[in-house]
Amino acid sequence: MAKNSERRDLFPGALELMILQSLRLRPMHGYALVKHIKQVSDNLLEVEEGSLYPALQRMLREGWLDSEAGTSAKGRPTRIYRVTAAGLRHLEQEVSSFEKMFAGITRVLAVAQP
Amino acid sequence: MSMLALFSRRRRYDDLSVSIQEHIAERADELEAEGMPRAQAEQTARREFGNVGLVEQRSREAWQWPALESILADLKFIGRRLRRSPGFTVTVLLTLAIGIGANTAVFSVLNSVLLKPLPYPEPDRLVSLTLEAPGAEGLSDFINGLRLSASMYFTFARHNRTFESLGVWMPSTANVTGLAQPEEVHSEMVTDGVLQTLSVPPLLGRWLTAVDQDPKGIKSVVLSYGYWQRRFGGDSSAIGRSIMIDSDAREIVGVMPRGFRLVDQDFDVLLPVAFDPQNEPLAGFGYQGIARLKPGIPITQADADIARLIPLWMDSWTNGPGTNPHWYEIWRITPALRPLKQAVIGDVSQVLWVVMATIGLVLLIACTNVANLLLVRAESRQQDLAVRSALGAGRGRIARELLLESVTLGLLGGVVAVVIASEGLRLLVAVGPANLPRLHEISLDVRSLGFTFFLAVFSGLLFGAIPAFKYAGGHMRSIFSGAARTSSATRERQRSRKILVIAQVAMALVLLISALLMIRTFLQLRNVDPGFSGAPNLQTLRISIPDSLVPDDRQVMQIQSSILAELAALPGVSSAGFAEALPMEGIDPNWDEIRFEGKPDNNDHPPLRLFNFVSPGYFHVMGTRFVAGRDFTWDDNFDMRPVAILSENLARETFGSPAAAIGKRFRQFSSMPWQVVIGVVQDVRHNGVAEPPPFTVYWAAMSANPYKANTIHAPRSVTFALRSGRAGTQAFFNEVQQAVWHVNSSLPLASVQTMQEIYSKSLARTSFTLVMLAIAGSMALLLGIIGIYGVISYAVSQRTREIGIRLALGAQKSELKWMFVRSALVLTAIGVVVGLCAAASLMQLMKSLLFGISPLDPFTYIAIPVVLVAAAAVASYLPARRAASINPVEALRAD
Repeated sequence: MAKNSERRDLFPGALELMILQSLRLRPMHGYALVKHIKQVSDNLLEVEEGSLYPALQRMLREGWLDSEAGTSAKGRPTRIYRVTAAGLRHLEQEVSSFEKMFAGITRVLAVAQP
Repeated sequence: MSMLALFSRRRRYDDLSVSIQEHIAERADELEAEGMPRAQAEQTARREFGNVGLVEQRSREAWQWPALESILADLKFIGRRLRRSPGFTVTVLLTLAIGIGANTAVFSVLNSVLLKPLPYPEPDRLVSLTLEAPGAEGLSDFINGLRLSASMYFTFARHNRTFESLGVWMPSTANVTGLAQPEEVHSEMVTDGVLQTLSVPPLLGRWLTAVDQDPKGIKSVVLSYGYWQRRFGGDSSAIGRSIMIDSDAREIVGVMPRGFRLVDQDFDVLLPVAFDPQNEPLAGFGYQGIARLKPGIPITQADADIARLIPLWMDSWTNGPGTNPHWYEIWRITPALRPLKQAVIGDVSQVLWVVMATIGLVLLIACTNVANLLLVRAESRQQDLAVRSALGAGRGRIARELLLESVTLGLLGGVVAVVIASEGLRLLVAVGPANLPRLHEISLDVRSLGFTFFLAVFSGLLFGAIPAFKYAGGHMRSIFSGAARTSSATRERQRSRKILVIAQVAMALVLLISALLMIRTFLQLRNVDPGFSGAPNLQTLRISIPDSLVPDDRQVMQIQSSILAELAALPGVSSAGFAEALPMEGIDPNWDEIRFEGKPDNNDHPPLRLFNFVSPGYFHVMGTRFVAGRDFTWDDNFDMRPVAILSENLARETFGSPAAAIGKRFRQFSSMPWQVVIGVVQDVRHNGVAEPPPFTVYWAAMSANPYKANTIHAPRSVTFALRSGRAGTQAFFNEVQQAVWHVNSSLPLASVQTMQEIYSKSLARTSFTLVMLAIAGSMALLLGIIGIYGVISYAVSQRTREIGIRLALGAQKSELKWMFVRSALVLTAIGVVVGLCAAASLMQLMKSLLFGISPLDPFTYIAIPVVLVAAAAVASYLPARRAASINPVEALRAD
């Protein structure tokens, strides 16, 4: 995932999490998704295309996403992705487990401070 | 995969492409907006996106069973590569197809004959009622242990506790008249219980039962499907009609279904035997018994049951007034029940396993050859494989592709093999080795096809494993360093091929030794004097004269002698005679004890001797030499003089020399007049060349019946033998038939064959094994030679540069040649040593198939290695000569 060494690899499931959260705001096409994540994260996170498209297909297969024909901002034909009800449920589960994990990590790190 | 799924997948893939194209276009737009020229912007957008094909492929994998689809892609690639080298492909496919095909064919035989259950319901409960009589000395010289008598049948059937049903039967022949020409048909005399035991319902009508067995009751017959089709055109109104069998009118009461055989017998008609239920003698041990066990009863319990009934049998029946029914205790008759299948298969199982093993070895050798070819091919692909490995293809991926290629070759070979095998089986069934049981059941079934599939995959993996193991490995970087170009083939690279060659030589040696042992066995058998000569010029035919046609025994003899006179007068016939049984016909005419005058027997129970009944001149026709004394005359016959002829072994054993036997007297029992020995003839191998000649007493064809005062014994079924240069021709047969019908037009001719055919049939097991092993051996030798040639030839091509250097430095050409030949001979020598050790132990398994030579026959164990080493020398000399003719300048400049 890292294009240069300053960025860290995402943990498993993180990319899906961000895709679901982004698409929950509004349905988007692929390029818009990349730009959205980049902007929202202040350029801290950059989604690599090589990971994005396989991930989208996996999520379509799982039924978390739906795709439909649409046009981009420039009027080119593309496919718009939206979150399904199953996707939302999955997102909520993942967010809560992510939060628990994050809280745990934070506490461990806090104790370790000298 | 359903059409819908495929369609929706296609749509998914299109969606994906659209998304990606738009993604790149939008990025390009953005870059252009930032001030980049359009062309550069597009290029940059593409570069940033990365490998579109790869991303698409990985995205598509979300919808796929990835392993399968990439295997399909590999298969396409393999198909393209194989098409590009047709020479390699055809060689490999043919080698495999022949190897696997031969295995499939032999396995089908093995499967149909040995493994498949008998074609009767619940065949596991069927047993063959066989008896042993270790106390009856001489009995083992005859063809089949002790069979059952009619009285035994009644005792066993009435009093057993372990059988659901039980019956006895005897193959016979019958004359059918009134339908077309008089015809001799193959009949089976069966009792109640035989068809019930086999449990195959009739196609029409009913089985033969106890009703049919009453001597005073109705006369009935059951037809085989084939006979019903032939004579009644499959007309179901045949039931209830009458046909004349042995001049008796018999009512057709049933037809058995197609393919039904009585144990191992094809028959035309089933006839009920007419035993007297009250009054049968103890003796008359001529019937084969079969029984169906009650469910859950083990064969040992049935054995005990029969053992219990044997004393009861002796208590219940008698051989006549004044005889001791318990006399048979001396014989120590014991039951030796066997599963029916075992009885049907007989001793053929060993032959089949040996053939299967040898053919399996041939396939192994073929596989090593193919592995060698694949190694060479993989070597030439080394560069390609190294590049792929450098680009990130894993070991597993490369190994998978190499294995997939070899398994594909194996499977393609398997498909061709099935064609070869089915043709081979058709041929085999058509040629029909006479004594192969269950020949008609041989077919390619699901199990054989499964076996073929297994072999195809297994051999594919086997010969593919070696290159896959070698070339999927990581040590290939050296290729880029150019090492391959400059150095000669390393030891490392040659080693696996050398091991393959050693294995090949060893296996070929084992096969060749087994083949030569069989050839020597065959020659030994051919050298045995069978007791007759000039077999190809001996025409034989069997004629039976039924009671109902000619009731008077004396008249039977007159008819037979008239036939003999007619036959002897035919043009081109030099002599003619007849006997109750010709050697190797598979008939034991009769047997009993005899007592010589003045020769007290040690235990009062002399051994059993084979009896045969012969016409005057019979020995002369057969070429059986007289060792002493004279032949029977017609007067001996018609006056029923008490004379007999002995076999040489019997005369020698009793009197020390044949001449001493002349004029001596013997009899069977005290109430019988003394019989005078008038002649002694050489021993005859009555039961086949490999069996010792039985001690035999020859009686005149017509003689006084010793068992019943004032009656005649004249066999009604006899085999005629004619010596003629025209034996075996159709024209001759027609004349013979006319001559017989000239005497009596109701007599059919049966078993028309030359003595040579009878002789060959008795050798059929050996010649079948011999042919199979010889084929396997020569295939092995050929494949082995090709293997050695291939390895040396490849070594030469790999070492061209080295040879060039050696030549340039002044090496002698003869030394160079010798260097290559020597390396081949070293491999061969190692293979020979390994093979000799293997052969010495494996050949013990073939012991019972051999005759007159040891499984460690020194000649064989010297000759075959010599042949192999010579072949290896030739096979390596050809490429070695090429090496020596290399031009050093060109060799160094090449590459």
